Amino acid sequence: MATTLAPPPRHVSPPQTARRRIRRLSRRRPGKLTYLMLTAIAFFSFFPLYWSVVVASQDNSALGKIPPPVLLGGNLWFNLKRAFTMVPFEKALINSFLVAGAITLSVVLFSTLAGFAFAKLRFRGRNILLLSIIGTMMVPTTLGIIPLYMLMAKIQWTGTIYAVIVPAMVNGFGVFFMTQYLSEAVPTELLEAGRVDGCSTIRLFWHVVLPAARPAAAVLGMLTFLTAWNDFFWPLVVLTPEDPTVQVVLSTLSAGRITDYSLALTGALIAILPLLVVFVVLGKQIIGGIMQGAVKG
Amino acid sequence: MTQLATEERVGPRRGLLHRLDVKGSPYLYIAPFFILFLGFGVFPLIFTAWVSLHEWSLLSEEHTWIGFGNYTKLFDDPAFWNALWNTVSIWVISTVPQLLLALVLAHILNQRLRGQTFWRMSALIPNITSVAAVAIIFSQLFGRDYGLFNWVLGLFGVDKIDWTANTWSSHVAVSTMIIWRWTGYNALIYLAAMQAVPKELYDSASLDGASSFQQLRKITVPAIRPTIIFTVIISTIGGMQVLAEPLLFGGNGLTGGSDRQFQTLALYLYEVAFGRFDFGYASASSWVMFLIIVVVAAINFGITSRLRRS
Repeated sequence: MATTLAPPPRHVSPPQTARRRIRRLSRRRPGKLTYLMLTAIAFFSFFPLYWSVVVASQDNSALGKIPPPVLLGGNLWFNLKRAFTMVPFEKALINSFLVAGAITLSVVLFSTLAGFAFAKLRFRGRNILLLSIIGTMMVPTTLGIIPLYMLMAKIQWTGTIYAVIVPAMVNGFGVFFMTQYLSEAVPTELLEAGRVDGCSTIRLFWHVVLPAARPAAAVLGMLTFLTAWNDFFWPLVVLTPEDPTVQVVLSTLSAGRITDYSLALTGALIAILPLLVVFVVLGKQIIGGIMQGAVKG
Repeated sequence: MTQLATEERVGPRRGLLHRLDVKGSPYLYIAPFFILFLGFGVFPLIFTAWVSLHEWSLLSEEHTWIGFGNYTKLFDDPAFWNALWNTVSIWVISTVPQLLLALVLAHILNQRLRGQTFWRMSALIPNITSVAAVAIIFSQLFGRDYGLFNWVLGLFGVDKIDWTANTWSSHVAVSTMIIWRWTGYNALIYLAAMQAVPKELYDSASLDGASSFQQLRKITVPAIRPTIIFTVIISTIGGMQVLAEPLLFGGNGLTGGSDRQFQTLALYLYEVAFGRFDFGYASASSWVMFLIIVVVAAINFGITSRLRRS
């Protein structure tokens, strides 16, 4: 393509420059410098995580030395045990799994349902409603936490994980994401054929749409799980230190004028680890999802 | 299930049911979203406005109507202005380098790399780290006496910096956390946009002898400008709500340092609402924050649409 479009050379170049030009033409074949920079970036990305392992494996007296220890110590197991006895970490991990799991299931289900309706069904007010959903993505909902807290207090959900799960059961991004995907992934003719055969809408959803939605649902599920697991502000407000999520425990661990850093970073490590495992296994799909969402958004 | 059973029966009723199904069921499918979002997203935000017009404390049952009293009080409140200033300062210090770095990183990633997935994953890994964990890890790194950063700076002859003590240093520390967590994410968004730029543009630029950096400036940036503005809007909305980093950096203190030197708006809101339980006043500051976000986003939108038209 490019060669046919490029104007013919005005003068004959000496062979050396020509070769250099050809090398430039096969553009962006990265050299050593590129990999050097990438390695530096990877170093900065991984270093704080590595550092949390270093600190989590030291005792506090070692952390008070200069220069600071940069290699692993032998106290990781001890600190882990300490973390699990000093704060309710077990409970927090269970809560976080329940919260993130429930939110993920619900977001994926409701987003797929709504996405199906917006992508494939005709009904009055469809465009306005879809537009309003996109609008909700811009609403900073954290600013509504005060009435939300009052509401939770009224129905006596404060201190329970329902207060964290229920408000997060839907989000605009999920609906938008599934709408985009389903409008391309499900052939309209197939749905029409199903209709002619007398299929009800819910049956079409179950037998045609849901199987087709699986790849996008998986990506949306992973992104939702990450966000729900990492959510900080609202759980901190509405939960108690006795029955927390993992992120709330972290705030307990870092409280006070003098922080017990080997303990606090052990906590951080425990909080990161489950997601890290998910990320190592499914990182490629997660990245694909973020980039897909970006192009369409 | 019952619906399915009746459907299979052939008869005059099927037509009605069928029409009901086709016309009505779409609303059924979108209903969960709207019910939940109205209940837990929109209603609280609107009710915030109502609360903000009252003297409303969690500690008392009586809520006195005071009109815009909370708002006038807010505009006379030095702590509010301080928090606003801190928020803007941290937003600038974190967003500008973050987006520039993300552009460069995306430009580097936008090549036929060996181990492409690995490099992309290493760019994104900070973003899957929870904000609380990031804040704790960096608070340790920024420690005055035993922190790694001060030690490294010491090698270059820099005196120990008490990062939490000063306005500028605490803003730099908080911004560092934000930059670390979000650069890779933005880079991936840019990368997605960059992949839609026609490769021929780069080829002919290479023929004209444009360097890689020139290509980034002259071709890539104009081509992905809508995406850049999108990330600016997203960072603005996020930047106005920064809370976890200053909260945990200050050892869980609600004031963001002894002199409020790094108290952001969201942290101030948290302090007023759940430190002093003054819900009316906190609601007023919520609404002011909301308006600030809307105004900034609207300005961004205005710029975007003008750029698209031209």
